[in-house]
Amino acid sequence: MTTIAELPPGFADKVLSAQSTFRSVMDAMARPGLVQRIVPMAGAPGPMMRGTAAIALTLFDHDTPLWLDAQMAESSDVLKWLKFHTGAPVVQDSSIAAFALISDGGALPPLERFALGSSEYPDRSTTVIVQVDGLSSGRAFELRGPGIDGVATLQASIKPFDLFERLRMNEALFPRGIDVVLVADDAVVAIPRTTRVVSKGS
Amino acid sequence: MYVAVKGGERAIENAHRLLAHKRRGDQNVAEISLDQISEQLGLAVDRVMSEGSLYDRELAALAIKQARGDLIEAIFLVRAFRATLPRFGASEPVDTGAMRVQRRVSATFKDIPGGQILGPTFDYTHRLLDPSLAEGFVPETPAAAEASTVPTPRVTDILGRDGLIESSPQAADGASVGDLTREPLNFPADRDLRLQNLARGDEGFLLAMGYSTQRGYGRNHPFVGEIRFGEVEVEFVAEDVGFAVPLGAIELTECQMVNQFKGSATEAPCFTRGYGLAFGQSERKTMSMALVDRALRARELGEEALAPAQDEEFVMSHSDNVQATGFVEHLKLPHYVDFQSELGLLRKLRQEFAEAFADANAPDAMKEAAE
Amino acid sequence: MNAPAYNFAYLDEQTKRMIRRAILKAIAIPGYQVPFASREMPMPYGWGTGGVQVTAAILGPQDVLKVIDQGSDDTTNAISIRKFFAKTAGVATTTATDEATVIQTRHRIPETALHASQVLVYQVPIPEPLRFLEPRETETRRMHALAEYGLMHVKLYEDIARFGHIATAYAYPVKVNARYVMDPSPTPKFDNPKMDNCPALQLFGAGREKRIYAIPPYTQVVSLDFEDHPFEPYRFNAPCALCGAENSYLDEIVTDDKGGRMFVCSDTDYCEGRQAAGHHGSLSAAPYKEKAHG
Repeated sequence: MTTIAELPPGFADKVLSAQSTFRSVMDAMARPGLVQRIVPMAGAPGPMMRGTAAIALTLFDHDTPLWLDAQMAESSDVLKWLKFHTGAPVVQDSSIAAFALISDGGALPPLERFALGSSEYPDRSTTVIVQVDGLSSGRAFELRGPGIDGVATLQASIKPFDLFERLRMNEALFPRGIDVVLVADDAVVAIPRTTRVVSKGS
Repeated sequence: MYVAVKGGERAIENAHRLLAHKRRGDQNVAEISLDQISEQLGLAVDRVMSEGSLYDRELAALAIKQARGDLIEAIFLVRAFRATLPRFGASEPVDTGAMRVQRRVSATFKDIPGGQILGPTFDYTHRLLDPSLAEGFVPETPAAAEASTVPTPRVTDILGRDGLIESSPQAADGASVGDLTREPLNFPADRDLRLQNLARGDEGFLLAMGYSTQRGYGRNHPFVGEIRFGEVEVEFVAEDVGFAVPLGAIELTECQMVNQFKGSATEAPCFTRGYGLAFGQSERKTMSMALVDRALRARELGEEALAPAQDEEFVMSHSDNVQATGFVEHLKLPHYVDFQSELGLLRKLRQEFAEAFADANAPDAMKEAAE
Repeated sequence: MNAPAYNFAYLDEQTKRMIRRAILKAIAIPGYQVPFASREMPMPYGWGTGGVQVTAAILGPQDVLKVIDQGSDDTTNAISIRKFFAKTAGVATTTATDEATVIQTRHRIPETALHASQVLVYQVPIPEPLRFLEPRETETRRMHALAEYGLMHVKLYEDIARFGHIATAYAYPVKVNARYVMDPSPTPKFDNPKMDNCPALQLFGAGREKRIYAIPPYTQVVSLDFEDHPFEPYRFNAPCALCGAENSYLDEIVTDDKGGRMFVCSDTDYCEGRQAAGHHGSLSAAPYKEKAHG
């Protein structure tokens, strides 16, 4: 059993590291498809990547119900680390989650099971954080939408392979929808609900 | 040659220095102390604590001194400080039934268990300016008696025992209390948030709103069931201790209005409640609050909500004097950029009007019109 | 007495997290007003508390901050806010638009084109563009949900019927990403075209009304208009008297009580930059009445 003292540490400087991490995530959300780096490093428990851990420390707290996929939820280190460093309540019902952490993209549940927001309050929706294999090589995706000057090309190896097809539902749902953050180690790419995939190579 | 205005920074510093000087006033006059404010302007301190949402007499007195006696400015100072304090949780509900009352009156019964206690009140003072107060006044020793051990049950509890008044809603165990200083307000708002809003609300605004219900804008036939003022204990359950720990005592005023009844085919008619609570002694505030609380329950009690005091969006959006004063007073900030845009448009519209008018009155047009 | 101690950039970390989450949703839903639990700030509501909270939530020690009010860095409220951040966050400040990474503004968008590594933070008094047509939040929220903006078009058209023009000169409503009608804050409509397809991220904070909204970079922002009455930005019929600029927004300076006027750039950094680069105006241009300056 891991004791609290043995848990991976949080940020060395809580205030400035959270600020720096937030700016990377904000830039990612504002410029979909563009890879941002997360610089300040915290320890990461179990299957959690360093980038994911930094995002958790920056955005999670008592007010953010959290849904974990099986791989995350099975790790007692992840549970203890999240409880100790963020205090965010872990919920079983994904439709009330403010954030979802996905370690095994292959087992990503149908996106409709997350909170999609309402027409009056579309912001009350889950931000789904998906850990992926890489954000520098792999299949090429051409993206369009707010935040993108014309077309952005994202090269990524991601699971599920049909993630972008699944995200098509955002088009019909808008302004409701799901916002996705892809993390590969310290690299972050955001795919907000306004982003459309125009074509993809192999 | 024109040089753009500069030196705003110097101007601000100088203005603040002058303000500090004015605040002190004539330095041959003794400086007022926080104790003096707290002891001798106690009701001002009470109001600043209530509407500032922070029970701290010393800080409220400091705020009043810093604000030169401008109570809304003082409330603002206290609020801005309060916003930076860490929040550990909510106290246990205070038991006003166990209040050590200094004053307690009921308008609904001639006598009540524990008795009517006038206490320190302006009521029945003749409002004649008293020159003896101008200097060196030493008050007589107040009449004193043995502290009474007779309990003073709340009048609403007495009515409640016979089912004559609706029961006070009990909070579900472990249910969190809403806090509009920590969560954005959405409408419709539940009563906990409405009462919090009214407790922080401007006394003058609530007075006018409450008064309007008496004059027929959302009349709810109020009787003062009881007003009580005195000390109550505050307790807090710390998670790691596991039981309630006393934090100390605070002074509160509580007003329970007894209002016209409700009832239905399935429910026997009974009186309804309006509730007011404030820090310190503040009867005007708590009575007004109780009237407005009752008015805002229109929807819940199936009444038509037509008057301003029954409109929760209207009341809750305009009750806060820190918000209101900020937005009203922001009009004195420079607006010359938007004004210029309006000015340009107005000149254009006037020019078009003049041209159209001139065309219509040109000799040709006159002639055509005459034909 | 409880002597106060304040965090970096004033706000506590819990508040910053709450604001940061609201900013991310605002960016994801361009033009939609995200409710947030605005805090009581040590400056009055209506004086920039929303902008200040947004700036405080994004600002870091690497940032260079510029604050303008009415286009100028030297107006008293701009100075006051700049000093607040210099004191609580210790950040570098500048008056030069292109050196700034974060620009907080009230009522103007700088004349110098913004670039991709900048964030423009607007102070917003009334974030709801429909508020003047419908005072109830419950109603306006429903109208946004249904994208039911007919009322706004009726209002603009009534202007045309009465005055021959759309009589809105500032806070001119825009449609963002072809979905939400949005209040651009009380900027003159002259500035509206700058919001469209802007490389910088634009964030809007309304403290008293507790709303945050955003326009991501490179997003379509269209000023509402009609085919037969297209949107026309406000134009001045004189260049700046100091730098000779012909396409900047001008302040009207009253030079005497006999009708004397002169027009100078509202964006003081832009004007000074042009003068330093050798551009000069007439120094005494007064299109409404000629007046010799001594």
